[in-house]
Amino acid sequence: MIDTIFFYFFALLTLGGAVLTVTRRSAVHSAISLIVSLIGVAGLFLLQKAEFLFAVQIVLYVGGIMVVFLFVIMLVNLNEAERTRQFNKQWWLALASVAVVGAEILYALRKPLLLPAAGVQIQDGRGNVERIADLLFSDYLLPFEVASLLLLAAVIGGVVMAKKRV
Amino acid sequence: MHPITTVHYLVLSVALLAIGTIGVLTRRNIIIILMSIELILNAVNINLVAFSNHYGHVTGQVFAIFVITVAVAEAAVGLGILIAMFRNKGTVQADEIELLKW
Repeated sequence: MIDTIFFYFFALLTLGGAVLTVTRRSAVHSAISLIVSLIGVAGLFLLQKAEFLFAVQIVLYVGGIMVVFLFVIMLVNLNEAERTRQFNKQWWLALASVAVVGAEILYALRKPLLLPAAGVQIQDGRGNVERIADLLFSDYLLPFEVASLLLLAAVIGGVVMAKKRV
Repeated sequence: MHPITTVHYLVLSVALLAIGTIGVLTRRNIIIILMSIELILNAVNINLVAFSNHYGHVTGQVFAIFVITVAVAEAAVGLGILIAMFRNKGTVQADEIELLKW
């Protein structure tokens, strides 16, 4: 019961923030709405017992990525961009294709979902963080290392891109 | 009230994906396009965590961590490109970057 209320509350935060992000004229307003939406997603993670991802979502997305976005918004002069047209000329085509694809997926979801029966929650006294860490550092060690390489490449790429003279 | 099932999360994820895609396809401001990409990646994460919860296995959450990693890298490089483009072209409108247009 309380789960249902929280689900709809966080879903409202997520979708409302998302709609405002896409429709606002000012980029700063968009960024603030995106923060609301990301917090809603974090709440949904918490509802699904993904406590580690909840923390990561708040610390990394809301605390990290969105601050970078706000810095860039201040670096880039957006006064002119706010006064002009906000949507491009093909917006009706984009809306139509998204409506078609969305209707298709929703139609597929209307039929009883062909999922195998829900798995049993293994209760062995280990918490969410511990289970993720076990899996991340055993089965998924190679992707983990590749991800660190990707981050290194992104750091170097970001510095080189933003440098004055390459 | 109905109890919340996995399908609820999937429908929410579809809605978030659609909103993000509309943002990417229709907006002119590149910063807002990048923000819409973040929305799309979050829709993916909701899906992964929903299935992870459904099966009682945390592999989906591990993959969500990788998706977040990719989102961070994409935001860093994308914003770097945006700054370089603003310095060279003086605009942040996606349809004014038209070098490759016919």
